[in-house]
Amino acid sequence: MKGVAITGMGIISSIGRDLEETSDSLKSGRSGIDKPNIFQTKHSNILVGEISFSNSELENNLDLEMNHTFSRATMLGAYAIKQLLVNTGLKDIPSETGIISGTSVGGIDMTERYFHDYPENTENRRFIRAQHPGFSTEMIAEYFGLKGFVSTISTACSSSANAIMMGARMIESGKLKRVIVGGSDCLTKFTLNGFHSLMILSENNCRPFDQDRDGLNLGEAAAYILLEADDCIGDRKVLGRVTGYGNANDAFHQTASSENGEGAYLAISKALKKAGIKSRDIDYINAHGTGTKNNDLSESFAFQRAFGDEIPPFSSTKAYTGHTLGAAGAVEAIFSLISLQEQKVFPNLNFKSGMKETGLFPVTKPTKMKISNILSNSFGFGGNCTSLIFQKDE
Amino acid sequence: MNRLYVNGISSISPQSEDILETGNLREYQSNIIPALKHDYKSMIQPMMLRRMSNAVKMGLFCSKKTLLDAQLDMPDAIMVGTGQGCLQDTEKFMEAMLTAEEGLLSPTSFIQSTHNTVGGQIALDLKCTAYNMTYTQNSVSFESALLDALLQARTESGTQNILVGGVDEVSPAFTGFQELDGQLKKEPVKNTDLLWSKTPGSIFSETASFFMLGSQETENSYAELVDVEIINTAEIQNIGERTERFLQTKNLTSSAIDIVILGNNGDSRYDPFYHELQEKLFAETLQLAYKHLVGENNSVSAYAFWIASKILKENKIPDFIKLNDLNCSKPRRILIYNQYLGKNHGLILLQKL
Repeated sequence: MKGVAITGMGIISSIGRDLEETSDSLKSGRSGIDKPNIFQTKHSNILVGEISFSNSELENNLDLEMNHTFSRATMLGAYAIKQLLVNTGLKDIPSETGIISGTSVGGIDMTERYFHDYPENTENRRFIRAQHPGFSTEMIAEYFGLKGFVSTISTACSSSANAIMMGARMIESGKLKRVIVGGSDCLTKFTLNGFHSLMILSENNCRPFDQDRDGLNLGEAAAYILLEADDCIGDRKVLGRVTGYGNANDAFHQTASSENGEGAYLAISKALKKAGIKSRDIDYINAHGTGTKNNDLSESFAFQRAFGDEIPPFSSTKAYTGHTLGAAGAVEAIFSLISLQEQKVFPNLNFKSGMKETGLFPVTKPTKMKISNILSNSFGFGGNCTSLIFQKDE
Repeated sequence: MNRLYVNGISSISPQSEDILETGNLREYQSNIIPALKHDYKSMIQPMMLRRMSNAVKMGLFCSKKTLLDAQLDMPDAIMVGTGQGCLQDTEKFMEAMLTAEEGLLSPTSFIQSTHNTVGGQIALDLKCTAYNMTYTQNSVSFESALLDALLQARTESGTQNILVGGVDEVSPAFTGFQELDGQLKKEPVKNTDLLWSKTPGSIFSETASFFMLGSQETENSYAELVDVEIINTAEIQNIGERTERFLQTKNLTSSAIDIVILGNNGDSRYDPFYHELQEKLFAETLQLAYKHLVGENNSVSAYAFWIASKILKENKIPDFIKLNDLNCSKPRRILIYNQYLGKNHGLILLQKL
């Protein structure tokens, strides 16, 4: 199974404004979780993974016009793709390049800001359409002159993992030669208060897979990768290949994961089958691992079902970035690609003791190892479970 | 390459499902028109029903009716297109959060606010652990879902019956914002007069249309889905050429199309996209319209797909959906073209079995 070539990546999150900073943070165990500084909320004590750019700094960086209609997630998305193009040396990307973006809430930060203002004030009404995830992708496409296939997936926290899967299918089927896939989500009051009302936000730094884990930290990020058909790669370096993907539904509860991790288990199994490899061929798992009681236990059971006694080294990188919702799958895809490049696994921060139920231990220190295949998990509300497999280009 | 047949259909809209047979066209005098009420209790537990927004209710009900129509218990994949997602719960949580100034909140509406709530609730109701995807790309949300279905049918041997649908709802404040944005007409317009109005904006509605797409033809099959195309940006003068280019990929020309279903919505700013095709490429082709029946929303092209499926099976075309005076006694191929606000152009090609 040769898989679909990945020839570019761009990322911005609380642990780095570019690939180099991101990679340095991962290697040195530097977390981006802190109290919010830019993001305005009453819950200013809740820890988040915030990107240290204000909206006006992003506007400047992107050279946006005064009357632009970019929400924060749109700006972060454009910023990450700008990085991608710089990193690949593809300055003028062909207009027939496709884009599939994943986001959970799109531009709802603008709606929460202007909800009571729209009826009174005509000036900000240009942001009315910006609420919708599809509009955000369209604005990004327009910014880079992409005019052909533009689509958006919104399946909560698995959105961008699904965008990568759909992108890989488009290349495999020959529908597209080149597609930018990934996702973007920013911190919003809407999501922060939503997760707060569900009582699954930790008051501390999150501790995925720890016996004493007490919830997740929210984060914001944008991450995109470039997928290309083999006949148009040219002299660009292949950073890795998407060889496996699978999506399944837990069909258990709108927000909670099943006890036996059924959806996760099925997604992992499908991804392995697609990649044409056995479970023992997986060298490392970048887990979904949000740090909630429910997710981490359910995901651990799915590991046990899929891998038996030989669970590969795994870690959740959510303690670095926080849970970046719709962007998480793409963020962790890039972390996985960095792992493949550097042959190094990044640790599950803040872990002390294994769960009583499973006794599983994640990787807790940056570890050099031989890595050919990485499994990356992303699960979302609505029972949506997605697993991706990234393979070293041989 | 596997073929994909439309083996079951269902639709909820401001019109009744027998509109093509009975010619019973309902008239509305409002710029936001609701879907007709259905006997939701007959298919959905009352306890569940109370919590469901219109999109979830309509989506789940239509899904179950589609399964019945196709005589299937369980799909191998579920793909939903919704341009605006679960507006009602999003609005509820947003208002509560702003009113309480980020104080104590109930999570119920937040939980149900995600775009994939419809897809998730269908999975939950059917206990369906299969592939489950939600696309939200303005007026090509349903087309994105169709494209995914086509790709899966061609590549995944285990995926034989795919449930695909489009659903969108309205909500008071958010739809009100669209009105402020000039997307709704300022003056009241009767739906039956919509296509001939010469002002900006359209009338908005709630609809859901679901389909069972199968790799095997059945006794109940309506039509074959041939292909779908998504074009984000196009100029009016290029839309004919883009349409021809799509047909060429199927080794067809415009003369092979017997009926074109167009998304005219009475918005004087953007209907010229349709006029361009009406006057040139498809001047000699029977042209149909549907938004004067069911209004505009981001997944309403799924209703056009429903009409096309019905026509290809039952061959009943009432005069009130015709845009020109041509006739077509034996339609073989139907092309659907839709766009919204001049962007997100979708082309869908179906053919008779």
